[in-house]
Amino acid sequence: MKKQPAEWQLILYIAGQTPKSVKAFSNIKKYAEEHLKGKYSIEIIDLLVNPKLAEGDQILAVPTLVRKVPEPIRKIIGDLSNEERVLVGLNIKSLVSEK
Amino acid sequence: MKKNNTHKKFALPKTPTGVEGLDEITEGGLPKGRPTLICGGAGCGKTLLSMQFLIKGILDYKEPGVFMSFEETAPDLVQNVLSLGFDIEKLKNEKKLIIDHVRVERSEIEEAGEYDLDGLFIRLGYAIDTVKAKRVVLDTIESLFSGLDNQAILRAELRRLFSWLKEKGVTAIITGERGEATLTRQGLEEYVSDCVILLDHRVIDQVSTRRMRIVKYRGSTHGTNEYPFLIDKEGISVLPITSLKLNNKVSSEVISTGVPGLDQMFDGKGFYRGSNILISGTAGTAKTTIAAYFADAQCKQKHRVLYFAFEESPQQLIRNMSSIGIDLEQHIKKGYLQIHSARPTLNGLELHLLNLRKLIQEFKPDAVVIDPISNLTSVGNPHEVRSMMVRLIDMLKIHNITVLFTSLSKQYDGRIPDPAEDSVSSLVDTWITVRDMEGIGERNRGIFIIKARGMGHSNEVREFVITNRGIQLLDVEIGPEGILTGAARGKNALNKKISAFKLQSELDRKDREVARKRQVLEASIMSLKNEFASLEEELSILKVTEQLQSGLTVDKKGTNKKAT
Repeated sequence: MKKQPAEWQLILYIAGQTPKSVKAFSNIKKYAEEHLKGKYSIEIIDLLVNPKLAEGDQILAVPTLVRKVPEPIRKIIGDLSNEERVLVGLNIKSLVSEK
Repeated sequence: MKKNNTHKKFALPKTPTGVEGLDEITEGGLPKGRPTLICGGAGCGKTLLSMQFLIKGILDYKEPGVFMSFEETAPDLVQNVLSLGFDIEKLKNEKKLIIDHVRVERSEIEEAGEYDLDGLFIRLGYAIDTVKAKRVVLDTIESLFSGLDNQAILRAELRRLFSWLKEKGVTAIITGERGEATLTRQGLEEYVSDCVILLDHRVIDQVSTRRMRIVKYRGSTHGTNEYPFLIDKEGISVLPITSLKLNNKVSSEVISTGVPGLDQMFDGKGFYRGSNILISGTAGTAKTTIAAYFADAQCKQKHRVLYFAFEESPQQLIRNMSSIGIDLEQHIKKGYLQIHSARPTLNGLELHLLNLRKLIQEFKPDAVVIDPISNLTSVGNPHEVRSMMVRLIDMLKIHNITVLFTSLSKQYDGRIPDPAEDSVSSLVDTWITVRDMEGIGERNRGIFIIKARGMGHSNEVREFVITNRGIQLLDVEIGPEGILTGAARGKNALNKKISAFKLQSELDRKDREVARKRQVLEASIMSLKNEFASLEEELSILKVTEQLQSGLTVDKKGTNKKAT
């Protein structure tokens, strides 16, 4: 990990090691490696361990992927199996097409 | 045997809401440890009711609570209930209340694949554990449906949420917007089936009334009617209609009517304390004056009186009564009298009733005057007025408060009672009527008692006059055609005077005649006596003469013998 903050900061909220959260993590990892290689960071917050943090980002559903940076904050809920939606949701799609 | 007993006594455990009246119609409160659905249209008080449930729970029953809001933000909520005098910040700081605002913004959320609402569960669970909450409010959980697309997941998760809440053992309120054909837009009643309360806000004849109805309450009896409720500066209060029973205590203490002379028309010299009195009459027959007399008499005996004036302002009433020598202002200053004025159209009937109830509870009066009730028909039909009166009378009877109503009756031909009077007449204990008696080009006032339960009373129609010294009941004047009033009374009095004068002079004349007769008699007695006396005299003269003569003859004989 780089010392300076990454260009893309992603947080994945999960509630325990459920199949859905595992799947979500592997999916986002895959997309990020593919499109944002070298300029992203993924933090995983387990709400079962830190329930307090759910309020801060207005988490309702799990798993939820939150794009903290760049602004504005975007949230994608679900196991992230729909790649199209994730890329549109994170605004990666437009970057890809620009290239 | 023992088993039977316990079975009999089993009652569903309930959580008191602390909302005035609601606990009575639910017979104890909401089902403990179960979710309750409160549904209703916009602005009918769902949020307020649930907030009151939480705050009262904390303050009165020491049960901490969690308020999860899906609509209003926490600062907004705090502001809104601050106007009710509840300091939420303080409760939050004391760790007795948590307000969590769940923001569901569709534009921020993208759905990609399978998910569940564990995040919500964890948040709620964390909040409940933090303050050890016993009460939870989810206001309005249906907002989730507008924020999230996948309805199948949502419905499954909601079902899971409610059973999870039950497992947690918290008493929960879930609010929902009213739907077109269903109780709630998203059919929440399918999931929350233990207790459903419907709130309603209706406008009839431009008067709005909020009502509440318990649609269902599993495992418990409850009031089934629609109960009007009031939102005021102290929050929500509900007035039950039929939970009151007719088993109040009665008093045999008699209190004065305040009107000199009127007391005499009752065998007991007044009204029973705690009874209700109707004074009906046409316009301008001094109903208000009689009511003010009653209030004045009560205040003078240091009893507290609450006077509701639906026609006059307090100042106007005080001025008008001072013109006949009643000083109401002194009683107000001493705190024995309170006058409340309001136009009947200000509120619906139910709100009037609730207001009366509130004021009565605050002021704790010994007597209440409502002047007049007939004006209330302008905001409700006679049937509604009657039902309101029943509840009002019942409530007052329970507190042993004497109540005096006045009622304006319309001018009807003959003795057909006015509909407004008719609707309440069977409810009242004492009914006094004041009426105009027209005749010989003038109008006089008469008062009579139609009924007085449990007390003998006069059957007379008494005429009364109002002077600057007040009401004065006149003695009954009976002429050849019945009771006389006004000019007829004067004429009768004059007639009486004349005949009395005539009689007197006749008597005098007779007296003189007798005196004369006596004189004549005495004179003739005297002359007879004189006659008699002269007769006697004559007789005695005769006797003497004869004696003398006989003496003479004896002497002659003697001398003759000697000579011979």
